[in-house]
Amino acid sequence: MVESVDTIVVGAGPAGSATAYSLAKAGHEVLLVERGKTPGEKNVSGGVLYGSVLHELIPNFWDEAPLERVITNRNLVFLSGESSFSLDFSSSKLEKPPHNGYSVIRYDFDQWFAKQAEETGALLATGIRVDDLLWENKQIVGIKAGSDEIRAKVVVAADGINSTLVEQAGLRKDLKAKYIALGIKEVIGLPRDVIENRFNLEHNEGTAHTYLGCTKGYPGGGFLYTNQDSLSLGIVLKLPIFKTKSHSKAPEFIDHLKQFPYIRRLIKEGTRLEYSAHLVPEGGYHGLSKLYTDGFLVTGDAAGLTLNIGYALEGMNFAIASGVAAAKTILRAHKQNDFTQSTMKHYQKLMNQSFVLKDMKTFRNAPAIVSSPRLMKSYPDFINNLALDLYQSTASPRPKLINLILKHVVHEISLPHLFIDGIKAVRGL
Amino acid sequence: MTAKIEEKLGTLHYTIDKEAHIKVNFDACNDCENKACIRGCPAQCFELVQDEVKFQYEDCIECGTCKILCDKKAIEWNYPRGTFGVVFRKG
Ligand SMILES: Cc1cc2nc3c(=O)[nH]c(=O)nc-3n(C[C@H](O)[C@H](O)[C@H](O)COP(=O)(O)OP(=O)(O)OC[C@H]3O[C@@H](n4cnc5c(N)ncnc54)[C@H](O)[C@@H]3O)c2cc1C
Ligand code: SF4
Ligand code: SF4
Repeated sequence: MVESVDTIVVGAGPAGSATAYSLAKAGHEVLLVERGKTPGEKNVSGGVLYGSVLHELIPNFWDEAPLERVITNRNLVFLSGESSFSLDFSSSKLEKPPHNGYSVIRYDFDQWFAKQAEETGALLATGIRVDDLLWENKQIVGIKAGSDEIRAKVVVAADGINSTLVEQAGLRKDLKAKYIALGIKEVIGLPRDVIENRFNLEHNEGTAHTYLGCTKGYPGGGFLYTNQDSLSLGIVLKLPIFKTKSHSKAPEFIDHLKQFPYIRRLIKEGTRLEYSAHLVPEGGYHGLSKLYTDGFLVTGDAAGLTLNIGYALEGMNFAIASGVAAAKTILRAHKQNDFTQSTMKHYQKLMNQSFVLKDMKTFRNAPAIVSSPRLMKSYPDFINNLALDLYQSTASPRPKLINLILKHVVHEISLPHLFIDGIKAVRGL
Repeated sequence: MTAKIEEKLGTLHYTIDKEAHIKVNFDACNDCENKACIRGCPAQCFELVQDEVKFQYEDCIECGTCKILCDKKAIEWNYPRGTFGVVFRKG
């Protein structure tokens, strides 16, 4: 193996492949190291890939990339026992590239993306777990993997949420449970035509569902995305849930989700193709690590660059954007032949100017709002019970709508809470 | 109906290393009140058998939950060595 390269990128997820691709495209020497035998085999997401950032990097990527379906329908569903209340939005305008989303399967997508980097000139080394950073005079000068040592002018950490490199570089202390969620997913196989009929879709169209009220009152939510011939059904749970005693084990939450009649119908006669789990950084702006130090940059999940605003989870596009910014920083550092913090800090500047950190700042209070216990239980119950009273016909006289609303508000939520949550949501989301 | 964890994990492909990638210091578990790892692990690698915490690494799906949940820092955590561990084909 080569003993020295210009740049080493650790991790061939979207952040790492974007970094390596951008550098290789500029004719720069870059080694992309991945612990899996193939890129993608360790990775899990929902997952909807938002297209615009990748389109800037690889124009019209949708012509070649392994994508499942174009998301033309969004559905926010409040689940409560036997009832469900949904806000369903469809538009063929959502179909227009590049400002749209695609469902992807990471095993296919990450492999394709890493291959693009490789074909552009990056060296891809798979099946290698990077263990340590290589230091010299308190400077990061490369990596260690087993007994191999490889030197580089810059090391890019793109090693995902459990990044050991970020900790070793001293840019973050231990991950805090309150800033992390556990995602558990089952991929359920169904024939194409069944999916299209069941979800009212045409050929390549797809849908993305978000569920509230399905996490036994604990902070979290559910999701369902349509793939070509499977559904990705999952649940995202804030880690502190498991520190409170007396409730279910993690795998039981997805079984609970499957028992809602609404979900049961959607997955009927499907077969479980795969079970998986992965952590999601959900601290938002407050959960970010430091982004750089001498000869070292942090991208994607390793830095905590994701945003959960309740109805959408963004991470892959943030990872790609950060990879592109990291590559720009490295190319600039090369021109100046300086790899210390004074050139690395340009990355922070680029990120500050990008939509990633701007969005994370704008929505910095979103993590607290979307994990409010009332959103998890009281509101889904409220809206479903209200709808039930509206639509159920009984032998007694119909109450006026306003009386119904007040009855349920008093029952299920207190008025001051409703008021405060409303203000918070309007200001935070 | 809750499905057995074996049915779920049975959908996965593993290449198991003979060396464990996660090690637990069980001394700490004795006076751990929370035992959050048992509830949090999505692969149910942690189990309480006659009041004692047991752990097996073979079923691990490499998420990192246990390390973050363990307040006692009793878990020496790493990913499996390169090429080993779980493979997700539909992740
Ligand atoms: C359940 C769930 C649903 C999600 N839904 C969405 C969604 O709908 N839309 C969206 O945009 N995002 C979604 N995300 C978030 C998204 O998956 C991540 O933000 C994104 O994958 C981050 O990319 P990354 O490249 O930073 O890290 P990763 O994709 O985690 O890639 C890290 C890579 O580094 C490798 N690696 C790690 N350590 C080492 C090491 N020591 N040596 C060598 N290689 C190493 C790993 O094997 C991996 O390939 C979801 C996440 C989850 C868990
Ligand atoms: S949380 Fe840590 S100390 Fe407690 S039982 Fe689990 S491994 Fe042991
Ligand atoms: S890393 Fe995840 S799957 Fe593996 S033992 Fe820990 S909690 Fe369980």
